[in-house]
Amino acid sequence: MILIWMIITPAIGGIAAWIIGHRSTLGARIAALSAAFAYFAIALYLWFISPRLLSMGTRFHNHTVPSVFVDFNVPWIPQIGVSFHLAIDGLSLMLILLTSIIGVIAVLCSWREITVRVGDFHLALMILLSAIIGAFLAFDLLLFYLFWELMLVPLYFLISIWGHENRRYAAIKLMLFTLTGGFLLLLGIIGLYIIHGLNTGTYTFDYPALLGTKMPLHTAWWLMLGFFVGLAVKLPIVPLHTWLPDAHTEAPTAGSLDLAGLLLKVGAYGLMRFSIPLFPLVSARLSPIAMMLGVAGIVYGAMLAYPQRDFKRLVAYTSISHMGFILLGIYAGTQLALQGALIEILAHGISTGALFLIAGMIQERTYTRELWRLGGLWSTTPKLGAFTLYFALAALGLPGLANFVGEFLVLLGTFSVAPVLASVGAIGFVLSVIYALRLVQESMHGPNTSEWRLPDLSVRETAILGSMAAIILWLGLNPQPVFDTASKALAPIQHALHRAEVKEGTELR
Amino acid sequence: MTSSNYLALLPLIITGYAAVALSVIVVFWRDSRAAYGFTLLSIAAALGSIFIALPHAPHMVTPLIRIDYFSLYFDGLVLVGSFFIALFYQEYFRTHEKRSEGFYILLLLSVLGMLAIASSAHFASFFLGIETLSVSLYGMIGYTRRFRPSIEASMKYLILAAVSSAFLLFGIALVYVDFGTMDFLRLTPLITAGGLTLTSYLGLAMIIVGFAFKLAIVPFHMWSPDVYQGAPAPVTSLIATGSKGAVFALLLRLVMVWNLNNQRTTYIILAALAVATMFGGNLLALLETNVKRLLAYSSIAQIGYIMIPLIAGGPRGPVSIAFFLASYVITTIIAFGTITIFSRSREMGDVENLSDYTGLALRRPYLAALLGASLLSLTGLPPTVGFFAKFYIFTAAAQTGLWWLLIVGMVNSGIAIFYYMRVIFVLYSHLAESDVYPEVPPQRPASTIALTITTLALVFFGIYPGPLFHLAQAAMKIVRF
Repeated sequence: MILIWMIITPAIGGIAAWIIGHRSTLGARIAALSAAFAYFAIALYLWFISPRLLSMGTRFHNHTVPSVFVDFNVPWIPQIGVSFHLAIDGLSLMLILLTSIIGVIAVLCSWREITVRVGDFHLALMILLSAIIGAFLAFDLLLFYLFWELMLVPLYFLISIWGHENRRYAAIKLMLFTLTGGFLLLLGIIGLYIIHGLNTGTYTFDYPALLGTKMPLHTAWWLMLGFFVGLAVKLPIVPLHTWLPDAHTEAPTAGSLDLAGLLLKVGAYGLMRFSIPLFPLVSARLSPIAMMLGVAGIVYGAMLAYPQRDFKRLVAYTSISHMGFILLGIYAGTQLALQGALIEILAHGISTGALFLIAGMIQERTYTRELWRLGGLWSTTPKLGAFTLYFALAALGLPGLANFVGEFLVLLGTFSVAPVLASVGAIGFVLSVIYALRLVQESMHGPNTSEWRLPDLSVRETAILGSMAAIILWLGLNPQPVFDTASKALAPIQHALHRAEVKEGTELR
Repeated sequence: MTSSNYLALLPLIITGYAAVALSVIVVFWRDSRAAYGFTLLSIAAALGSIFIALPHAPHMVTPLIRIDYFSLYFDGLVLVGSFFIALFYQEYFRTHEKRSEGFYILLLLSVLGMLAIASSAHFASFFLGIETLSVSLYGMIGYTRRFRPSIEASMKYLILAAVSSAFLLFGIALVYVDFGTMDFLRLTPLITAGGLTLTSYLGLAMIIVGFAFKLAIVPFHMWSPDVYQGAPAPVTSLIATGSKGAVFALLLRLVMVWNLNNQRTTYIILAALAVATMFGGNLLALLETNVKRLLAYSSIAQIGYIMIPLIAGGPRGPVSIAFFLASYVITTIIAFGTITIFSRSREMGDVENLSDYTGLALRRPYLAALLGASLLSLTGLPPTVGFFAKFYIFTAAAQTGLWWLLIVGMVNSGIAIFYYMRVIFVLYSHLAESDVYPEVPPQRPASTIALTITTLALVFFGIYPGPLFHLAQAAMKIVRF
């Protein structure tokens, strides 16, 4: 039941905010904030009890996914074999925690920025949050797909109503890319469903039941590609990334935050949860290509980030670079690389999110995001400058901060399987220094040519950025709790990618 | 004729007699509100009588009409659809055409035609149904006679419907020449035996063309955007839902029973039509700025999507079509319903330019939300019933291994995102202060009830489609004559 509550808490808050929003905007904000905090509390509670649940492990002993420690399963559309199956294991728990943090921050950071249609805004924001949580918890493929598509609707509204100048183009592009990707994912899901049904006579979308479905190799290739490409659009992987800079640039701050912090992560989560375990053999064969795409993303994203003139667009391209690390780590498939990818998922969510917040704060004060019009901000807003420097350092992978742990582990883990790719990927470290320092220099240092005289960070803004900075530091110094929680859930992915190599040459798996 | 014959035929009998009774009533008591009330009551009674007919199914009422679960499902769909659409008429005609008593006679007749088509078991009854439907539609489309495009649309429909009837008749004649019967049941073994002559192939092809005209399948779709645009919005709604639904129901039954989707020649014809329809509808809709025309193209594309399971067949094909049509009827009623309400602000014609809808969300948030929800459903996004409808037709195609057509369908769903999202964007965009937008008339009870119930259904079945699936499965268990 706790899983159900996690999904509906934000939605309830959103509906409350929408109803109150007609009377009082402050009331709407408070309603949404309290729902976000309530959800945060539930997620935190679950994390505190998770070691006990994990060690008990007996309750779901015969569950086909052994890492699961809370499970909720009721029939939903029995006529076609869809169940409302939610489950949580270490991997989803970490993402749920990330979601809960970002959820609170997203409401807080819109406090001043959003002034029109406040109730509607919080409705969209909270429904988006609910859909993302649902996607992280779904253990039924159709349910996952449903939440996957459901995410897009509120995001579309967030961008198209509260976005910036070019929002229509960005919103429609986002929908075109991700929905088309979604159709490929749907193709894979339906194919798997039909093949499993023809094999066993029971038609079901249940994820544990579909694990280990036997099929000819070439069929597995096609279905896996459906999953891979569909999820890759969301990640995004390099040739399919063009929607991301537009969507990020035009979205309101909370939209960018959710997009970078959570939506992209659903793609990574989908690869780890579904694409690889469902099709281990072909995924293992795909892994060199996927790793190459990851490395290409690292380098290409970083190279494109450097010349950008728009603060948000620059950060958006760094996202692509960081997502490359995650893809590389996932498909390298060693324990270290997977742990690195997980830390990178969390670290990127917080650090890039913080950079988007800073972009939003700058825009609120100066009404511009153009780097050449900024400059010299440090003298007038020293706190903002310090935080910008801090998060830029996090993005470039300074040791001691979380991104370093993630990127370093990914490269270390990859080196044992693909030394060349790991070496090329390491260039990303150098490139990230270039773009991150340029970002700080152009916006904060230098002469204050536009003669900005701006208010420094308010208490609310300091609190938001300060807590994000603390999380980054804590994850960077002590990532072990994350590994402990997730290790059991990451093992099957590692197993899937590496056991399959042994069985190379068998026609059926 | 025994009593069980009459009971099984009750939905048709009630609708038919209601039309006759209404034409007598109107002579003595010219009051459009009375006619409106009488129409609603008789459609509701016909709907209720389905439950009386249910225990008698399956039942052949003369060789012409077959009442079984299949036909009763579609009868129910047509009646529910026309009931909700009928709720809009009185308010619409209050501004557009004061004397509307005659309209309701035509409405009842058109419903009778749809019911006859959905339950026909013989080319004769099918043709009678088609003509009853078409002739009453001529009158309904042109009913707002002061509005010239309405007359033009009526003429266009008249001519093209006549052409399509000619095709249909000629096809029926050719089939009759070969097999010597027009009874679907007796034709079944003759057609499924294979080894058809050129004459009967030609006949079947012409019959398919006849169907294609009625369903606005590309390349027989030319009438559709003009008629959708010219006809009063609530009439367009009826053409898009009831008329297409009933005709598609019969097409489904013929294709399944005669195995047309598995015979090479007819398979190629159907598949080519499906591909052309999907691409045609979606590509033509891309840059359209007239909302009614846009919905016409969208409706063409939607018919293209349901041709996928029609060709796929298999155990899920008919069920997915039944589900999709129900979803489509609900969605279309909402889309045209909001246009109808909006159009009450005019005395002539409808509010149909996309720019008129700018910022509707700011002026009338609920109305905009309803139109937005129906567009999401047409796109196939959760949490609307359109999501499951589209998902299920894809599943049906996958099950019989019709992957190539499935992929064509998905590509088209991708194209369609563009124009649906464009409309939603306009609905939710900001108002420019310099521009003048048509005012939105206040809501009235009847249309509010209709829109509320259909939208609740749209969302309810989008979250919990089980009951509708169950109904569709029960109805499609046996597809035969």
